[in-house]
Amino acid sequence: MKSLFVFFPLGLGRVFTDGFTISRLNSVLILFLSLGIALLLPLKASWAETEYKEAVPVAENPEIEQRMLTLTEDLRCLVCQNESIAESRADFSNDIRRIIREQIKANKTDEEIIDFLVDRYGDFVLYNPPMKNTTVLLWFGPLIFFLFSSWFLVKYLKGRRREIKEVTLSDVELKRAAHLLDDDSYKRTEDHLNKNTKLDNQDHSSTLEQHQKADVSTSENKGNNV
Amino acid sequence: MRYLLPLFAFLVLAVFLFVGLSLNPRQVPSPLIDKPAPEFELYSLHEPDRIFSSKENIGKVWLLNVWASWCVACRDEHPLLVQLANSGVVPIYGLNYKDENTTAKQWLKHYGDPYIASVVDPDGAVGIDYGVYGVPETYVIDKQGIIRHKQIGPVTVDSLQNKIIPLIVELQKQT
Repeated sequence: MKSLFVFFPLGLGRVFTDGFTISRLNSVLILFLSLGIALLLPLKASWAETEYKEAVPVAENPEIEQRMLTLTEDLRCLVCQNESIAESRADFSNDIRRIIREQIKANKTDEEIIDFLVDRYGDFVLYNPPMKNTTVLLWFGPLIFFLFSSWFLVKYLKGRRREIKEVTLSDVELKRAAHLLDDDSYKRTEDHLNKNTKLDNQDHSSTLEQHQKADVSTSENKGNNV
Repeated sequence: MRYLLPLFAFLVLAVFLFVGLSLNPRQVPSPLIDKPAPEFELYSLHEPDRIFSSKENIGKVWLLNVWASWCVACRDEHPLLVQLANSGVVPIYGLNYKDENTTAKQWLKHYGDPYIASVVDPDGAVGIDYGVYGVPETYVIDKQGIIRHKQIGPVTVDSLQNKIIPLIVELQKQT
């Protein structure tokens, strides 16, 4: 830190005018300084080795640790209830993990260990609760809810279908709709209407002519569009 | 009908949530209620030579209070325990849970000692047998040595008056 202050005057006025700005020269010096510290660090670490021992691994036996972890993943920590005993670092979970390790070493089966804990802490300690009179709703509640809501949905949809009536449009309405939509169907509807209204006065050929006319106009339109 | 159905659904949900609000998720029902209290033999804090066995208390109703000097909530309930001990309603035994003997003794000197005896459970092994997962906890044990009630968290005036003392009186009447 002292050496930093030695370098600062080299940055001249800038350091004084703006306390947070470090001139380019100073930043280079700081870079070298930190590089020096970084290079020195391993040396320091090697001194430290003589003073401190290496951390003792939590598990002397990885097999036991693995079995303990698979067991505790399905167990609830009672202190921090949304964490499993495997995840939690509460004192309670530390104790339980220790006890499970001891019991595994004593050749207890998984069932025996689980029973040991359930005897003391109840089913609440299990994330996977057993089927019992008290847990029936827990097990089947979602299914009941699903069935009920499916029944309700089907009933609702059927009811809605009944409400929607089949609508038949009159010719005038069709024409208006076609006009609004303004596409080929308009022409066809017009022809259709013409046919209906004028069929009595005109002969067959004229309507045919109109049909052809309409076809031409649509193809023209199409051409324009392209 | 069209508007009543959602209203009904809402009411059902509201009732469930309201009941949920008044429940305490920390109050995990102990499976040890109405089961024999786990036996233990531990030395007493003040007389390290004296081994106290839980069997000694067969024939009387007693309280087992789990406490520690590092436990802040224990300070809240402690004056009540001292009062209860002075009233002579029930003998109170302490389970000094994962504590240092010297600090535990100092603590009792400072806050008062309501215990007939306080036994030492340095690594919490007996605590685990009793399903302790937080301190303080208090167990009401009857004449047959059966756990009748577990108070999770500090004893309060309310829990003493409405639950613990009436229960003790009733249990003392039994043979």
